[in-house]
Amino acid sequence: MEQGILLSAENLDFMIHGVFSYTLFGQTVWITTSHVCILIVFLVLIGFFIAARITMNKASEVPGTFQNIIELIVEKLDGMVEGVMGKWSPKFRNYIGTIFLFILLSNISGLFGLRPPTADYGTTLALGLITFTLIHYNQFKYQKVKGVIKGLCDPWPIWAPINIIGDCAVPISLSLRLFANVLSGLVMTTLVYGLLGKLAVIWPAALHVYLDLFSGAIQTYVFCMLTMTYITNACNTD
Amino acid sequence: MDFNENFILGCSAIGAGLAVIAGIGPGVGQGIAAGHAAAAVGRNPGAKSDVTSTMLLGQAVAETTGLYGLLVAMLLMFVKPLV
Repeated sequence: MEQGILLSAENLDFMIHGVFSYTLFGQTVWITTSHVCILIVFLVLIGFFIAARITMNKASEVPGTFQNIIELIVEKLDGMVEGVMGKWSPKFRNYIGTIFLFILLSNISGLFGLRPPTADYGTTLALGLITFTLIHYNQFKYQKVKGVIKGLCDPWPIWAPINIIGDCAVPISLSLRLFANVLSGLVMTTLVYGLLGKLAVIWPAALHVYLDLFSGAIQTYVFCMLTMTYITNACNTD
Repeated sequence: MDFNENFILGCSAIGAGLAVIAGIGPGVGQGIAAGHAAAAVGRNPGAKSDVTSTMLLGQAVAETTGLYGLLVAMLLMFVKPLV
């Protein structure tokens, strides 16, 4: 196809690719590029955590650079959880901190040449379902069965189906929000690189700052905030 | 009746274009949120960081409906469910 430099559309590529497949109970299961990218993100995070553990084991009164960074991250995350969850924060700060770091690193991994794992609906749906499970586990634990039934029949008992649909919409909207934001950023940067070809030299850095860094950080914050709000609502008995 | 594949692809493109009109709603909503946040900061400059984080949270939630439209458009363009 004759398209010149401006429209080299055939190197547009933001799809998920299969790496290899295997058969499990008669179903063909694919290991895709998302799995590989998640694995890389996990390895980087685990390496960071091990380094942090080693540093904190010999923590000094006057902190060095790396110790300062770790303390800053932990204090900020704890402060965020404390501000929203109040008295429930000690139980959930581990989980919220973990998913915050994981989603943040996944969202900005587009900067390092990976396809962001959160631009795969499988990843974000899994995160949304974990939130869903936590909400309902804690609801049954703290409000007991009576409280759950009372919550379902909130204004009148006839509203129970609508409340059930609303409960089921929570993980779907949480996961779709994160997925669509990261995917739109990925598609836009790919379009710029693919369609402008050789003209896209230095200035796409500004696009990356907005679409990868800013949007990714905001969506991470929103996902964690909403998860914390829902869980706090489920824990409060009144 | 059966249609030509190219006809269906063209109609999918038109549908994708119509689907991203959904972006109007979040645009208006985010603008209203930002305007009120600016007014709030003008009235109480000390609360700037709180106002900003609340505004960003609300805007990100309001963005969701627009993103649903974008998802529909992308499904029509790249997954081609109707062909």
